[in-house]
Amino acid sequence: MNYQNLPILSIVTFFPLIGIFIIFFIRKDNYRLIQWIAFITALIDFILSVPLYFSFDSSQWKMQFIENIPWIEQFGIYYSMGIDGISLPLVLLTTFLSVIAILSTWTAVTEKVKGYMISLLFLETGMIGVYCALDFILFYIFWEVMLVPMYFIIGIWGGPRRLYAAIKFFLYTMFGSSLMLVAILVLYFINHSQTGVYSFSIPKFFGMNLSMNLQFWLFLAFFIAFGIKVPIFPFHTWLPDAHVEAPTAGSVILAGVLLKMGTYGFLRISLPMLPQASMNFIPFISVLGIIGVIYGAMVSLAQEDIKKLVAYSSVSHLGLCMLGMFAMNTAGIQGSILQMVNHGLSTGALFLMVGIIYEQRHTRLISEYGGLWKVIPVFTIIFLLVVFSSMGVPGLNGFVSEILILIGVFKRNIWFGIIVTVGLILDTVYLLWMFQRVVLGEITKDENRHLKDINKRELLCLLPIILFIIWIGVYPRPFLNKMQASVEHLIEQVKFNNNTITEDGEQEAHFSYGNFNTND
Amino acid sequence: MEILIPTIKLATIYPEIIITTFAILVLLLQVFPTVIGKDYLGYTSLAGVILAAIITGQGGASGEGGEAIYSFSNMWVVDNYSRFFKLIFLLGTGLTILISIKYTKDEGINNGEYYSLLLFATAGMMLMAGGTDLIVIFLGLELMSISLYVLAGYVRKRLISNESALKYFLLGSFATGFLLYGIALLYGATGTTSLKGISGFISEASFGSPILIMGMLLLLIGFGFKIAAVPFHMWTPDVYEGAPSPITAFMSAGPKAAAFAAFLRVFIEALPSLQGIWVDIIWVLAALTMTIGNVIALVQDNVKRMLAYSSIAHAGYVLVAFVSTDKLGVASILYYMLAYTFMNIGAFAIVIIIGGKGEEKINLKDYTGLAYRYPLTAAAMCLFLLSLTGIPPTAGFMGKLYIFSAAIKSGYVGLATIAVLNSVISVYYYMKIILAMYMKEPESSVQHSPLVFTPAMIIALGLAVYGVLRMGIFPSAYISMAQQSYLSF
Repeated sequence: MNYQNLPILSIVTFFPLIGIFIIFFIRKDNYRLIQWIAFITALIDFILSVPLYFSFDSSQWKMQFIENIPWIEQFGIYYSMGIDGISLPLVLLTTFLSVIAILSTWTAVTEKVKGYMISLLFLETGMIGVYCALDFILFYIFWEVMLVPMYFIIGIWGGPRRLYAAIKFFLYTMFGSSLMLVAILVLYFINHSQTGVYSFSIPKFFGMNLSMNLQFWLFLAFFIAFGIKVPIFPFHTWLPDAHVEAPTAGSVILAGVLLKMGTYGFLRISLPMLPQASMNFIPFISVLGIIGVIYGAMVSLAQEDIKKLVAYSSVSHLGLCMLGMFAMNTAGIQGSILQMVNHGLSTGALFLMVGIIYEQRHTRLISEYGGLWKVIPVFTIIFLLVVFSSMGVPGLNGFVSEILILIGVFKRNIWFGIIVTVGLILDTVYLLWMFQRVVLGEITKDENRHLKDINKRELLCLLPIILFIIWIGVYPRPFLNKMQASVEHLIEQVKFNNNTITEDGEQEAHFSYGNFNTND
Repeated sequence: MEILIPTIKLATIYPEIIITTFAILVLLLQVFPTVIGKDYLGYTSLAGVILAAIITGQGGASGEGGEAIYSFSNMWVVDNYSRFFKLIFLLGTGLTILISIKYTKDEGINNGEYYSLLLFATAGMMLMAGGTDLIVIFLGLELMSISLYVLAGYVRKRLISNESALKYFLLGSFATGFLLYGIALLYGATGTTSLKGISGFISEASFGSPILIMGMLLLLIGFGFKIAAVPFHMWTPDVYEGAPSPITAFMSAGPKAAAFAAFLRVFIEALPSLQGIWVDIIWVLAALTMTIGNVIALVQDNVKRMLAYSSIAHAGYVLVAFVSTDKLGVASILYYMLAYTFMNIGAFAIVIIIGGKGEEKINLKDYTGLAYRYPLTAAAMCLFLLSLTGIPPTAGFMGKLYIFSAAIKSGYVGLATIAVLNSVISVYYYMKIILAMYMKEPESSVQHSPLVFTPAMIIALGLAVYGVLRMGIFPSAYISMAQQSYLSF
């Protein structure tokens, strides 16, 4: 059977809907069966997505596994799917983490399981769709559609302040995406006036001839949309609330996959479509990235709740991710994409492990723990490994991406490099300090003496993540290879378009650059 | 003296004739005492609506290839534009009849007059969509409005319903006065009431006579009242809250669409040369209407009242498309009104189901925990609300996409931005209902009587759900219908 001829991306994207369809007909008290079906659906979906990796041709940057069917022809909207080296790792990360997230809720969520599993599977469809969509409207639809299940996951199965967190999450994201819709439509009509064709196809917008002023405004709109999702420093306030209130699986998906939609948006849309504006925004976004790294780390340091600490660490890690991306060179962007994957793995694992002890003690306060290594040794070892991975200890995955990003940043601007390296030390401090207070030392609370160590199911959740944490750390080549061509092409697109600025554009570029400095 | 009898093509008014005939038929039918109850009155009216819809849909009356057919001395036209609007009205009326059947029985108002008035209002709306003369449009508007005044107060024993009717009548007649003044001034300035005649006169004569502009402004106020644009919206919340729920659903869809149909036709066909003036005014009206409707809706706890404010906000979105007066703008209004009819009547259907006898349960707290008692009903409501918010893949999203495209294409990026930010505001109050249904445990003190679902209600809900999803996921067919229906100007 020829794999290339199957609409494989659609199959991977919409397969979870089959699971939803089956779950729909199961009585709601039979929650074990519902969990099994959800798990098997996600697992099959992951297995279906694995061949994508092997049949992906890493020697070229072009979109692959393309599907293109007219959908709303009057507007030039196509059902258009395809992936390149940038989206491939994210698709795989999504299918992988979805399986783990579903497996992790076996005992954590026992009420209203039916709705929960339907929401999780629906979310999976939305997330994969975002990474595969090559049509702007399709992209936007997937982007918005996944708001609803996430809203339900936080709002129904979340913690005490879930209602507040859920609506905050919804409003923030909706605010950003509504500006994105305006920007998309503006691009659409400009493209029509230039080419005479109505089309929403994303690749067709690459390398358009846009005036500097226009690029500035469009970039700003996309920046707000994606920046809220990432989240970049001043837009991050929804994240701790959403993370802390969401149930474990929700946090894993939120940190592991949803946040990456923002960074992915920058790579897929902002950089190649608005290259000059992107170049002009480098200092601005780099500074915000550095603030994110340092601010996230400092706030984490002050947290008393483990989950909140992990949530703020995401702000720090994604700040680094943005910094690497806007270094605008191969090392930086590759590091940035790898950092997305690594953050998904290590932060996902951290949330899972917090979930495991929370399920037994129903508290996440650091002060309630201490000396766990004596009671639950297996947990301790895995926890240490995950904390090391998150810190970027050599030999584990975090190191590879951090070093790549640092190389990229140093090439771009040596001062940024020096500041962020110092900032990264703070990462080590809060993670190790948290580890020390939770796991090491003497047992201070009697309740902790009876904690149960990781069971087989939980081990099954964590082991695959550990496997990848070590694999990427020791031998990252297979992962980097797949994205190489696409990343290089992306950089060419940005550079090429910057070289062809007209005299006029050049002047405008300086103008808006000056503008932006005064605004800053 | 020889009297010229104008050529009359009766075929062009078959749908209107059918609706009027059935309106009278229903009145007569109820005189005969029957053993089978009075449900048949509703179903008879429904049959009339379906028949009229079939004839309108087939376009038997209009020309091949959808060209416009004029009749009655060019006072009346059947074109794709009017046909599309008529189908929206008939859909709205049909859905309203379906959701009325049980309601009228519960409230003891299951009379022929109720359905008869509904059908007369529908006939009035159809006249507004097809009229090419200010007099015909005015007659249609009055037929519709007077029927609605009565319907708003139809539950005689409920005080709030009486208040609603009286308020609507007083303010409505006042607005009609403005409209009529406007028509009179236009006639004075141009010497004709025919839309074509007016535009012809203005383009020939020197433009900018103060009487003409005054007339246009008065027309704008009159129509602004009927579509409930801010600042002419004051009547809406009280009237919508007090009127019987099926009538509220009806008013927010059909008559509003009818007012838009006439508004568009008058301004685009008769007053295109004044476009420079009215576009700016409508720009401001649109921004105000969206923002004020949405912001006040935020603080409502009464779901019916909340939906009233939401319907003000939606009129604002439609005005956004109005500003971009090109083909795309008109088509997007047609599409949006159709989508809005499905989603809004769907939402009201659920308000009726939950409201129960005497409409006592219309507050947010009556919705708590609905998802765990009636998961499908809650899911349907959730779908309608998401559609009203404009979340894909629903009709509401496609409609908004269409409207915003029209605005941006004509260069109104600022207005489009105000519009999208308004949909963000609207998230909050629509989500409040979803939040109550799904995320709050029902209060133990509140007694929940079981909800009653009649087959008619289920059919209405099914249709609305189908419409919302179909227009959201596979909108192509509807979009091309809307595209063919723009005004030929």
